[in-house]
Amino acid sequence: MAKKDRMSGNEAVAYAIKQINPDVMPAFPITPSTEIPQMVSTYIANGEIDTEFIPVESEHSSMSATIGAEAAGARSLTATSSCGLALMWEELLLAASNRMPVVLALVNRTLSGPININCDHSDAMGARDTGWIQIYAESNQEAYDNFIQAYPIAEDPRVHLPVMICQDGFITSHAVMNIELLEDKEVKDFVGTYRPEEYLLNPGNPMAVGPYSVSNYAMEARRNQELALEASKDVIIEVAKKYKELSGRGFELFEEYRTEDADYIMLIMGSAAGTAKQAVDDLRAQGKKVGVLKLRVFRPFPAEEIAKALKNCKAAAIMDRTESYNGHGGPLASEVQAGLYREKIMIETICYTYGLAGRDFTVDHVYEIFGELEDCAENGTKYEQHRYIGLR
Amino acid sequence: MQGNGIEIRWHGRGGQGAKTAALLLADVCFKTGAYVQGFPEYGPERMGAPITAFNRISKDEIRVHSNIYTPDLVVVVDESLLTSVDVTSGLKEEGAIIVNTPKSADEIRPLLKGYTGRVYTVDARKISVEALGKYFPNSPMLAAAVAVSKVMERDEFISEMQASYEHKFAKKPEVIEGNMKALNMTFDALTEGAGL
Repeated sequence: MAKKDRMSGNEAVAYAIKQINPDVMPAFPITPSTEIPQMVSTYIANGEIDTEFIPVESEHSSMSATIGAEAAGARSLTATSSCGLALMWEELLLAASNRMPVVLALVNRTLSGPININCDHSDAMGARDTGWIQIYAESNQEAYDNFIQAYPIAEDPRVHLPVMICQDGFITSHAVMNIELLEDKEVKDFVGTYRPEEYLLNPGNPMAVGPYSVSNYAMEARRNQELALEASKDVIIEVAKKYKELSGRGFELFEEYRTEDADYIMLIMGSAAGTAKQAVDDLRAQGKKVGVLKLRVFRPFPAEEIAKALKNCKAAAIMDRTESYNGHGGPLASEVQAGLYREKIMIETICYTYGLAGRDFTVDHVYEIFGELEDCAENGTKYEQHRYIGLR
Repeated sequence: MQGNGIEIRWHGRGGQGAKTAALLLADVCFKTGAYVQGFPEYGPERMGAPITAFNRISKDEIRVHSNIYTPDLVVVVDESLLTSVDVTSGLKEEGAIIVNTPKSADEIRPLLKGYTGRVYTVDARKISVEALGKYFPNSPMLAAAVAVSKVMERDEFISEMQASYEHKFAKKPEVIEGNMKALNMTFDALTEGAGL
C-alpha cells in the first residue's frame, strides 16, 4: 500500500536508500547534497539499516571507495554535487569503463565560478561523456521513483554501467512537497538481492579489475561499453514498465505533455519542466497549441526518438541549463539538432540558455519563449539561434 | 497562483526560523489533505543575512518550481527588513502582510511603500518571551500566517501542531507547552486586536 507523505527531494532520496539498504556508502559532504549522507548515516546510527558508511576525505576518495566496494561485490553508492562531481572526474570514467553498476545521487549545482551554491546542470553536463547513464527528475517524487529504478537498470547483465540520478539543487532537494512512498518490502522486492556475476572477494574465481590494457584490446573494451549504453535504453524502458505495475507511475525516456497537436514544443529537463507544464496549461486555455517534451534520460541520448516526437511541430525551443561555450547553445541544443538533421526533420529551433547558477525560471519566461517561437514560425521574424532567457 | 491555491512569501534573517516556519506550514497543511510546497531561497549562508522562504498551498497538484512574485500573503519575521527589503513587491492588494513588531498596523503602514491592502502586526517577541521564556519568533508568526490566510481552522491547526511538536520535540518535551501557548496567544491577539 502506498503511503502519502511530504518530503524534500533530499529526504526522498535518503528514504529510498533506506528502503534499498545498500551495502556500502562512502561519501563526502557538499551543498546541496549533504543532507543525503547525513540522513543515511542517521538511519545507520539508529540501526534501521546496516549499510557500511565510509566517511572519506574528498569526493575523489568517495568515488574511489564506491568503485572499490562495488568491485569487491558490494552494492554501493555515493552522493555529491557540483565541484564534488568535478573532483570525481577520473573515477567517473573508471566506474563506467570497469562496468561498475554503482549509483550516484547527484543534486545538481553549478560549477564555480563565480562561486555559487545554486542549481544548474553544469556539473552533470560536464560528466556527460564519462559513460554514465543520467536520469533527471522534475520533482521530489520523481527523484524517489528514479532512484528505486537505478539498481535494476545498472545491474542488468545487458548494462553493467553506473547510473547518475539527478535532481535540481535546492529547487527540489530542499523543497518540501507531497510524495507517495512505496512499502519497504515492495522496494526490496523490486530492487532484489544483489548477486554480482564476478567480483573480487570470490576466492573460487580470481579476477583483476582495472588492469592495463594494450591497444590491441582497449578499443574493443570502449566499443563494448558504448554498446552497453545503447542497450540500456531498452532496459530503462523495461524497468519503468515494471515500476509502473508496482507504483502506478509511468516513465519513459521522455514525457510528452500536450504535444500531440502542438505547433510549438519546449524541450526541457528537470524541475523547470513542471513550471513549463503549468505555463502550457495556461496558454492552452487561451487556445495556443503548445506542449512540453520533458527529457528524463539524457544518457543514453534518445536522439532519434526526440526527433520523431518533434517532427510535426512548427518550431521547438531547446532549453539548456548550462553553457557549452561553443556559440550555439548547450549540450541539449547540439544533440537534439544533430538528431533532427540525421532524421532530415528541418523544423525551426531556438536554443535557450536559462537558469544558470540558480537564476529563477518562471511561467512568464515560458510564455515569452512560446511567443518568440510563434513569431519566428508565423511572421518569419529572425531570432538569434542561441539566446539567453532571464538575463538582466 | 494558477489553480485553486494561495502563495505565501516569508522574509526573515538567517537563524530566525523563517525557513522552519515555512516548512512547518507546509507540514501542517499537508495533514489537511492539501497539496503543499515549502522551500527557502538561500543567499549568503550566514546568521543575520536576509532570507526568503515560500509556500504554495493548493487543492490542485503543484508543478511550478519558481519563486513567488505575486504573493497573496507576506510574513515579515524581522521588522528591520522593512527598510532594506522591498517586502510588499508584487503583493496582491486583496492580499495581506503580517509584520512582527510591537507597533500597530497604522504605525507600520507608512513603511510599506504605499501598500493599500490589509496590514497586521504581531508582537512575536512579547508572545514568545511570555510563553517560552525565550525569543523564537517562528511559532507566533506561523500561527499568524494560518490565522490571516485561513488555510485551516484554528482548532484543526492547534490539534495538528500539538501532534507535530510532540514528534519534533520528542527529546525536549518541556518546550511543547510553551510553543502551544505561543500559538494560542497569537491567535487570541489577532482575533481581538485585528478583528479576524
